[in-house]
Amino acid sequence: MNSILKTNTISKSFLEPVEVQILREISFEIERGEFVSIMGKSGCGKSTLLYILSTMDTEYTGELFLDGKLITGLSPNELAKIRNEKIGFVFQFHYLLSEFTVLENVMLPAKKRGVKSLQEIESNAMEKLKLLGIADQALKLSSRISGGQKQRVAIARALINNPSIIMGDEPTGNLDSKNADIVFSIFKELSIEENLSLLVVTHDEDFANKTDRIIQMGDGMIIHTQKK
Amino acid sequence: MDFKLLLSISKTHLFSRKKQSLIAALGVTFGIGTYIIMMSFMTGLNGLLDGLILNRTPHIHLYNEMEPSIKQPLDLYLGYFGREKIIRSIKPKNTQERIHNAIPLLDFLNKQSYVRGATAQVKAQAFYLGGSTQLNGVLIGIDALREGVLYNLDQYIVEGSLQELDQSENGILLGAGVAKKLALKISDVVQIASSKGDVLPLKIVGLYQSGMSEIDNVQSYVTLKMAQRLMAQKDNYITDINIKLFDMEKAPALAKEMSEMFQINATDIQSANAQFETGSSIRTLISYAVSITLLIVAGFGIYNILNMLIYEKMNDIAILKATGFSGQDVKWIFISQALIIGLFGGFLGLLLGYGVTAIIDRTPFETEALPTIKTYPIDYELKYYVIGMVFALISTFFAGYFPSRKAEKIDPVDIIRGQ
Repeated sequence: MNSILKTNTISKSFLEPVEVQILREISFEIERGEFVSIMGKSGCGKSTLLYILSTMDTEYTGELFLDGKLITGLSPNELAKIRNEKIGFVFQFHYLLSEFTVLENVMLPAKKRGVKSLQEIESNAMEKLKLLGIADQALKLSSRISGGQKQRVAIARALINNPSIIMGDEPTGNLDSKNADIVFSIFKELSIEENLSLLVVTHDEDFANKTDRIIQMGDGMIIHTQKK
Repeated sequence: MDFKLLLSISKTHLFSRKKQSLIAALGVTFGIGTYIIMMSFMTGLNGLLDGLILNRTPHIHLYNEMEPSIKQPLDLYLGYFGREKIIRSIKPKNTQERIHNAIPLLDFLNKQSYVRGATAQVKAQAFYLGGSTQLNGVLIGIDALREGVLYNLDQYIVEGSLQELDQSENGILLGAGVAKKLALKISDVVQIASSKGDVLPLKIVGLYQSGMSEIDNVQSYVTLKMAQRLMAQKDNYITDINIKLFDMEKAPALAKEMSEMFQINATDIQSANAQFETGSSIRTLISYAVSITLLIVAGFGIYNILNMLIYEKMNDIAILKATGFSGQDVKWIFISQALIIGLFGGFLGLLLGYGVTAIIDRTPFETEALPTIKTYPIDYELKYYVIGMVFALISTFFAGYFPSRKAEKIDPVDIIRGQ
């Protein structure tokens, strides 16, 4: 089995203010090293799906497998551990801890994991920052760098624990086209060179067209899948 | 859970907003500082006031009092047994003032394991003669050194010493009021007329000031022998026995027992000075109430600041959770911030408390009542510092606990989607 992420008939309803079914029996798989984008109109449920896949949202029916292991029904602490070790996140808004330096932000998930020594973590973090071309910003406070740089720091942070998959919620949605291109090419490189799986929710058609597979969603269902 | 990592995060939070953290800590500082100041000062004062009365009061006082016989001769006559008897105008029986068999009794008491010390006194009525004036007086014959040890008599001697009284056969520790009235000073000679009519010149070896003018205007101390001589009695003439126990609480029961055993009047300290216990405990209660109120106010301050901090840090909390920190980790990040504030503020509070009490301790406080006290009384007890610190940590823990629970339960999806 070579799938990194697999869903089996995932459904979700919001009960408030009126009952609305937001996801209907979503089933798909992502293979190792695949770069997948999810597209769809606002409110089609694509972000909701992403948060379920990211293990942060646990109120759904159906089954979710990560690395061949059933994730559904695990305790919050176990899920936190899985997020820490196996999933990297990049959000539309950069979500860095503004009072910490760039380097500290990148190191934090690895420190939480607590497997490597502090020196190793620090050299790993510097390596990731170099990979993303922002090693020179390492000791600045993360509130003092530009938006494009912040997003690259967020990617470096997502990579620090060598996750199985990186998930992005409109990672380029808040960037100008130049920075968006940079971010895309970083993702592409990671996918090809490191054989990393990526799952990105986006509105940006140009971005999506360059990925390996586009999943089109509408009304809480997968409408069609377009593979290159 | 990796507390070192959590602590380093909370430290960064605290240090990046130094002013706010400092203000929260100062709330604790004032709470704890005030607690220590109040307790040290109040206990010092309590000790002083207790000392004023309790230290120089015997736990049990044995004496003979003139009173009508409980059983009148008529009661003993069997012929009227069971009948109503009316006796008018009963007079007190003329008993001797001296304690019967006082010296064996004193030896017996001093050998008891519960007795710290028993001392004999001889009370003698006398007059102080100053030219043509006569002042009423009471001379108390004492065993000077033992009185000093057991009842801190030396604390009330403004000039001279108990040792000098002990060493001079015809010395007198004159009441300060008497000395003033007769314009006498130390080393002068005062003429004493006993109730038997003898006049004796006594040398003033010291001045005694109890702080209560009705005593100081009347009472003076002489040696036991001198008092017995004034009363024209032998050395087994003893009018009072004062007993100091190891455990003051046993006084009422023992007093009752002695009274029955030796056929004598016995007063215990509790019935003689009931109001003092009450006063001390109420003062302690008030200090605790004020300090706890202050700490609760400080606690609310911390609660508010942490609540605000958590609202400001919603994004941070969401990202920490998204990157693998559990709810408990996040909770401990904020609780540890509260505890650091408590620890730091509490420590400053201890310093503040110590500093201010040290200043109070050096503030002049002169009172007639306590001739040997020159500054305000302070009780530096380690206990209050320990309690203060523990209380600081407990109150900040709870002030941090409730906001932290909120942070623990924040759903990162809500925050991330809410943007």
